[in-house]
Amino acid sequence: MGLDTLFVFLVLTSIVLLGSSLLNSSIRVVALQGAVLSFLPLLVMEPTWAGRAVFLAALTMGIKGIVFPVLLLRSLREANVRREMQPLVGYSLSLALGIALLVLAFWLAGRLHGIGVGISALSLTAAFFMMFTGLFLIIARRKALTQVLGFLTLENGIYAFGLTGVGHIHWLVELGVLLDVFVAVFIMGIAIDHISREFDHINVDELDQLKG
Amino acid sequence: MSLVLIAIGLLMASALAALLLSRDPRLATICGVGGAMLAGLAGLIPSLRILLAGDNESFVLAWCMPGGSFHIGLDAVSAVFLIPIFLLTALAALYGGTYLKPFWGKRAIGFSWFCFNLLTACLILVVVARNGLLFLMAWEGMSLASFFLVVFENDKKDAREAGWLYLVATHLGTAFLLIFFALLAREAQSLDFDRIGALAPGIANAAFLLAVIGFGTKAGFLPLHVWLPEAHPAAPSHVSAVLSGVMIKTGIYGLVRTLILLGHPPAWWGWTLVGIGLSSGILGVVYALAQHDLKRLLAYHSVENIGIIALGLGLGALGLSTGHPLVAQLGFAGALLHVVNHALFKGLLFLGAGAVAHGTGTRDMDRLGGLAKTMPWTALTFVIGAAAIAGLPPLNGFVSEFLMYYGALLACLPGGMTNPLPAVGVVTGLALIGGLAAACFAKAFGIVFLGEPRTDAARSAHECGLSMRLPMIILAAACILIGFGAPWAVAALKPAIAGLTSVPAAQIFGGAERPMLLLMELIIGFAAVAGVAVLLGVLQKRLLKNRSVRQAPTWDCGYAAPTPRMQYTASSFALWFVDAFRWILRTERRRSLPKGYFPDAAFMATETPDGFRELVFRPVFTQIRWALASLRWIQHGRLQLYILYIAATLVALLIWYASCL
Amino acid sequence: MNLISCLHMAVALILAPLMLGVINRTKARVAGRNGAPLLQLYFDLGKLLRKGAVYSRTTTWVFRAGPLIGLAAVLGALLVTPFGKSGAVLAFDGDLVLFAYWLGLMRFVTVLAALDTGSSFEGMGASREVFFSALAEPAFLLGLVGLARATDAISLSTILPSISAATWLAAGPALALIATAWLVILLAENARIPVDDPNTHLELTMIHEVMVLDHCGPDLGLILYGAALKLWVMGALLVSLLTPVRYGVVWQDALVFLGGMLILAVGIGLIESAMARLRLARVPQLLMGASALAVLALMLIMK
Repeated sequence: MGLDTLFVFLVLTSIVLLGSSLLNSSIRVVALQGAVLSFLPLLVMEPTWAGRAVFLAALTMGIKGIVFPVLLLRSLREANVRREMQPLVGYSLSLALGIALLVLAFWLAGRLHGIGVGISALSLTAAFFMMFTGLFLIIARRKALTQVLGFLTLENGIYAFGLTGVGHIHWLVELGVLLDVFVAVFIMGIAIDHISREFDHINVDELDQLKG
Repeated sequence: MSLVLIAIGLLMASALAALLLSRDPRLATICGVGGAMLAGLAGLIPSLRILLAGDNESFVLAWCMPGGSFHIGLDAVSAVFLIPIFLLTALAALYGGTYLKPFWGKRAIGFSWFCFNLLTACLILVVVARNGLLFLMAWEGMSLASFFLVVFENDKKDAREAGWLYLVATHLGTAFLLIFFALLAREAQSLDFDRIGALAPGIANAAFLLAVIGFGTKAGFLPLHVWLPEAHPAAPSHVSAVLSGVMIKTGIYGLVRTLILLGHPPAWWGWTLVGIGLSSGILGVVYALAQHDLKRLLAYHSVENIGIIALGLGLGALGLSTGHPLVAQLGFAGALLHVVNHALFKGLLFLGAGAVAHGTGTRDMDRLGGLAKTMPWTALTFVIGAAAIAGLPPLNGFVSEFLMYYGALLACLPGGMTNPLPAVGVVTGLALIGGLAAACFAKAFGIVFLGEPRTDAARSAHECGLSMRLPMIILAAACILIGFGAPWAVAALKPAIAGLTSVPAAQIFGGAERPMLLLMELIIGFAAVAGVAVLLGVLQKRLLKNRSVRQAPTWDCGYAAPTPRMQYTASSFALWFVDAFRWILRTERRRSLPKGYFPDAAFMATETPDGFRELVFRPVFTQIRWALASLRWIQHGRLQLYILYIAATLVALLIWYASCL
Repeated sequence: MNLISCLHMAVALILAPLMLGVINRTKARVAGRNGAPLLQLYFDLGKLLRKGAVYSRTTTWVFRAGPLIGLAAVLGALLVTPFGKSGAVLAFDGDLVLFAYWLGLMRFVTVLAALDTGSSFEGMGASREVFFSALAEPAFLLGLVGLARATDAISLSTILPSISAATWLAAGPALALIATAWLVILLAENARIPVDDPNTHLELTMIHEVMVLDHCGPDLGLILYGAALKLWVMGALLVSLLTPVRYGVVWQDALVFLGGMLILAVGIGLIESAMARLRLARVPQLLMGASALAVLALMLIMK
């Protein structure tokens, strides 16, 4: 029941991301998603792993719930960009496609759970849906910052999948992924900073002007 | 049975007579209309009897052609399709007699009636044929006759192009049907339908796919529908009514017959049909919303309604394959009833559109308006048809959709299908299609018949004569009748559903009569609402009796001189939808905006070409044409060479035959 | 059909306009005003029914028939609406479809009556109305499919009364999602903030209100009463979903239900006080969001 609610919440935050038009609130939603996600280890890991679960939860909460959003909000402030997202795909259509992706995630999860993957079909649905949403945001939004958000959502999906989908060596894998993201955010942050200094905006459409 | 044969004979005879009398348009018309109406009357009797009694009749005649015998049969399934054919062709003929009057002396009226009655005869023959060869011959006759009817106004470029497109599309479909029947004939060693038995799964699957493509082309399944929105508007309106109302249903009939012949369907057939239904239904109505030619809009709605029928068939097939008989029966019942319903209201709407074109000379909705005042009967019948096609209660469209909803909801329950996803798709699809169709017909009726006339043509509109009004009134009455007589209409379908699900008619709907009782409750609701509406009408009259009732201009928000041009047009009404679906509609917009303080004339025009035609078929066919151009050297135009080809083929065949001996 | 459900229907017919009174009073109180009397709509209806009429020269019988058929249709919906935990006057399998389609008929005739005036303002409202409702309808029915599966029934009068505390324990998140989706649809369909503003006829907020600009006298009375009933029937579904208690005693259940309706009305008033109206272009987004919630709920129930 509690676990179900948590997964529903993860799906809901992804839906909000699809329909959200403001960068500020999107960053907060991603932060919220990360914070919610950080409770997952406490709920799914076996009691013998309690110490590690608490450690992982605290780490996740720290990075996903606090560090990332603070960094992103700061770069948003410093890059001084417009607060709107400039979507390539309209919000209503994004939501409609999101519904289709949700159905797809549900179907996939049902299939995989049928052969014994994952603790529940819903956990896999939530994981897949977060991955799909992340990918979709990367594809369908123009701002570099939104793409960082998409990437984080994707990573949240992988994290959820790692925790609930496969056995219990997941957290090793997970830490590696976290590290990747950390680096990615740094790079993106620098890139954003750089692009905005060069061109006064952070549209990736303009990245092709960087080539010699 | 004999009455059906008489009807076919009458049609053939009157067709020939009309052709022979083509010198005199009046006599030709009398022959054509009279033949079609008499045949309709003659044919309705046995069809209704078969449907009510539920028995089968057949008629076999030895003939000298390969592949079995001249075998025709009449069972309940055929009767369900025959009734709309007889009814609609008779009414359309009556209507067409007057409708074509302006063309007397300008066009080949006799030939038109020849084609019309031939088309009707072929339609009947397709539905009663029990032999593959006979079926294909009738099918081809139907295609050719309808082609000539589509190009009736052959001096118009649009009509000619539409005709060609139709001819090519329909023959591509027929090609698949040839393979389909060849496959069946190889397995059964005969083309007679009753010799076709259980097939190996692989063969059955192949046959099903061939049938979906072949029959789907005629029915207008997306994306094989491209010919439909071109051909149906190009034909004269009474022909459009027949084409949209019953001819495309022969595609559905073929599919239904295939399902019967092939026996127990695997689940993926159901999935396929539901998928086709969803895409045709939703995209059909979305395309319809973007149109401003009234008849084109109606043609796209045919795609939508075929989609709804496919949803019902898919639900039925799924119910059969997963072992839920009640779901299957409800799905098929909904599909079959919708076949009849669609013939009624789409026929009605096309006749209405014809009356509008007849009375104003244009079909462009943005040039019409306010016709409800000048054409009251057309308006009244059109709004009934519009509400019926939008699936609104208490009319017939709601009843057939309700059956599908009910079946799909049953499948969604915990005791229903293990994977209820297609059933959920049916419910969602029907709801979405319903909402969009209601929007589209609010637009069609509202823009054309309500408000102020937008042009002089619309202002000087005139109501059509009795012979054109009467068919519309009869069809509208039938729409209301099936709505309020839902339990009896569905009960009459039981033998046909029995034929589709191989369950005895008495046991349809579990024998428990539950759906029947439920339909009774449904019509109690209908009656209550109708009663209340009438009471309120009386109340309104009574209240206003001794009070001041004034006439004034429409409240104009302080603007002193509103003109009819300021009204919302069809394009502006649908703008939200066109915007929301622009990723699929790709509406082209041409405009010149007003500039400066003293702007010149500004204009804006939108056009929505069929995306599938532009993006899928045109490139493919261009490629094919390019590839085939390299074979042009074969065609020299010299007679001797052609004879050489024929002779060479014969000799080659002879050698092959001899070597096989 | 029995006496009690007929009685319930009578209560609904009488109390429906009160809901709007409660909403307006709540809004007024939050804004620090005294506000109109709770019974204001009854006074308005009484006054309108005593008036004469002015009809536009452009209009035809469609314009006059619109309010009649509209009110009759919403009464048809009321016929199948359960009164809290007790069944409706007319209850049969699949009546939920009929419910949705009666409201569809009401919308259709209102739109036609609006187009009959030839006014571009009303055309504008009609165009928005049909678009938004086409988006809302699938979401509404998807929610019902979810509830049908959760309670193993397909009649409103069986589905809603059988939602109990146990149902909520078993499928709490899903039911909450459906309730949220329905609340959005209820606000959108009944011309409430954040979709439409019932207090203005301004162009910016023109959806429902603008379509009835040209109606007056008894016709307008019928329309206002029909709108109140529409709010009642949709609210009744939501309240039955949200009150998982059933005493089995008629007057106790009725009290719980009426209390629920009162809270709903106050809630709508609070929402209207707290929120601004959305930009029109954002409304489809809101409705798509509601659809997404309904889909998610259905999947939770189907899993």
